[in-house]
Amino acid sequence: MTVAAVDHAPSHADTNTGGTGRTDAQTWGLLMILPYILIFLIFVLYPVLYGFWIARNPQSYVKLSSDPIFWGTIRNTLIFVIVAINVKMVIALVLSGFFTAERRWVKALSVLFILPWALPSIPTILSWRFMLNPEWGIINQQIFRLTGKDGPNWLNDPSLALGFSMLVHVWKSLPFWTLILLSGRLAISKDLYEAASVDGANGWHLFRHITWPSMQQLYLTCLILSMIWTLGDFNSVYLLTGGGPADLTHVLATLGVRYLRYDQVDQSMAAIVCALPLVLPLVYILMRRLGSNASEKA
Amino acid sequence: MKMPSLRDVGTEAKLLLIGIPVFLWSVIPVYHMVLFAISPKDSAFQGNLWPDHPTTRNFETVFRQQHHYLDHFWEQMLNSTIIAVSTGLLTLIVATFAAFAISRLKVKGGKTVMNLALFTYFIPAAFLAVPMYRTMGLYGLLNHQSALILAMVTLASPYAIWVFKQASDKLPQELDEAAYIDGASPLQLFRLVYIPLMLPSLVAVGIYALLLAWNEYLYAFLLLSKDSDVTLGVGLGNFLSADDSPWELLMATGLVYALPPAAIYYTFRKYMVSGLTAGATKG
Repeated sequence: MTVAAVDHAPSHADTNTGGTGRTDAQTWGLLMILPYILIFLIFVLYPVLYGFWIARNPQSYVKLSSDPIFWGTIRNTLIFVIVAINVKMVIALVLSGFFTAERRWVKALSVLFILPWALPSIPTILSWRFMLNPEWGIINQQIFRLTGKDGPNWLNDPSLALGFSMLVHVWKSLPFWTLILLSGRLAISKDLYEAASVDGANGWHLFRHITWPSMQQLYLTCLILSMIWTLGDFNSVYLLTGGGPADLTHVLATLGVRYLRYDQVDQSMAAIVCALPLVLPLVYILMRRLGSNASEKA
Repeated sequence: MKMPSLRDVGTEAKLLLIGIPVFLWSVIPVYHMVLFAISPKDSAFQGNLWPDHPTTRNFETVFRQQHHYLDHFWEQMLNSTIIAVSTGLLTLIVATFAAFAISRLKVKGGKTVMNLALFTYFIPAAFLAVPMYRTMGLYGLLNHQSALILAMVTLASPYAIWVFKQASDKLPQELDEAAYIDGASPLQLFRLVYIPLMLPSLVAVGIYALLLAWNEYLYAFLLLSKDSDVTLGVGLGNFLSADDSPWELLMATGLVYALPPAAIYYTFRKYMVSGLTAGATKG
């Protein structure tokens, strides 16, 4: 009797708490997820719908495409994303190999190497801007000291100015991607390399047959993510060139803000909508990649 | 024989061939900032690579607000601090709640919310800035610091929720069952079991949100306008409004602005790197 009662009681309590726990869990879950849902509705979904509503007039796109700045901006954006990102990721891939070297000075250097990423971008980009100043900038001062001639007006030439914007972008974000790729390299078993070295493989063989196959997926994910984020890089262009000279170095991220400053809100929104055919496919690919990876792991 | 072999010398030379450019590349713009900050005005403008008489005069000018660009230096410093700390705390609250609801309480529709959040995270923030600016106007929040805080929480939460969810999924499900059997409510489970176990992620994400808000430029300069309301970052950008900007003061202010986030970043570097890699490179 007692045994049965004792036996019975906990199992009964069990189902009870389990049951109420579950309904409880749903109520609490709803309450706890609510703050984020509200934030999403009020500050993401509504602004986005409102933006599309403002940009609904076909006339804004006609106006936009007749603005000569617009096509230059599309070109700049594509150059920025394709050239800067690929250069950056290849350098990051090489440097991630460099930072696997087991030397004290390489470890010390890695601390300094993170500086551009750890420091806020506003003062460092302004520092770049001053270095490139044609009259007082330190680069042209040194050119004058060495050659007695005036250096070029770096940021006054559209191609050079765009080039420097890309350079500044690479300077700022290279440490981040190098660290990510480094963590990918460190995850590869050292035994593989040792075995291959014993078999007489050289550095290129090791990379080609061990490093790259294990890093390929990570590298592609990083490449896509970096492309998406770079489409939204406002600071590297705005703080370095302000879109100048003569609005020739704008990218889509700065163009929208430029129209906003002239109170041309519909064109501003239209410019952003024009970025979507670039952004959305990349986001879609990325979400699918991450989704399939997650299910593989599960 | 302790003589290094020719091969060793070759490897070392190759490493140096990469190491030296990497060093210069990383350090020069930062050195340039320091150089201007500690140089008397004339010396830096003459292209000296090291001032004959290094000075702290520029910093004194900044701290005493003795230039019209610096009239609101301390206010702006305070604004940046308030906005960054509020963003950090609010993001932690919103994101831990959401991740707990999704990952542990298995709330219905949680997966959809996670996907929406992830989607928001991938859309470049600059593209949301203009619509957000307009709607903040409709809400009557424009030129209030709460607008910037809410915007930054909106931008920081998706990544925060994602990192928390990843970390949370790794905690054994038996923990929750044991807690429920002991009669714990979901809230007690959250407070007594979940939060203590998530501490490393909390540090990483809190700092991520804090630094995101401190370093933000675009949203800060769109959503706030009065000189006494803006963050120090926007204050720095305002130096560009004239051609005869006092660079030495800008660089000194820039260093003061850059120091707190850099100190925080380097102190918590271990957390940051593992947190970031957990989030950004899944797969």
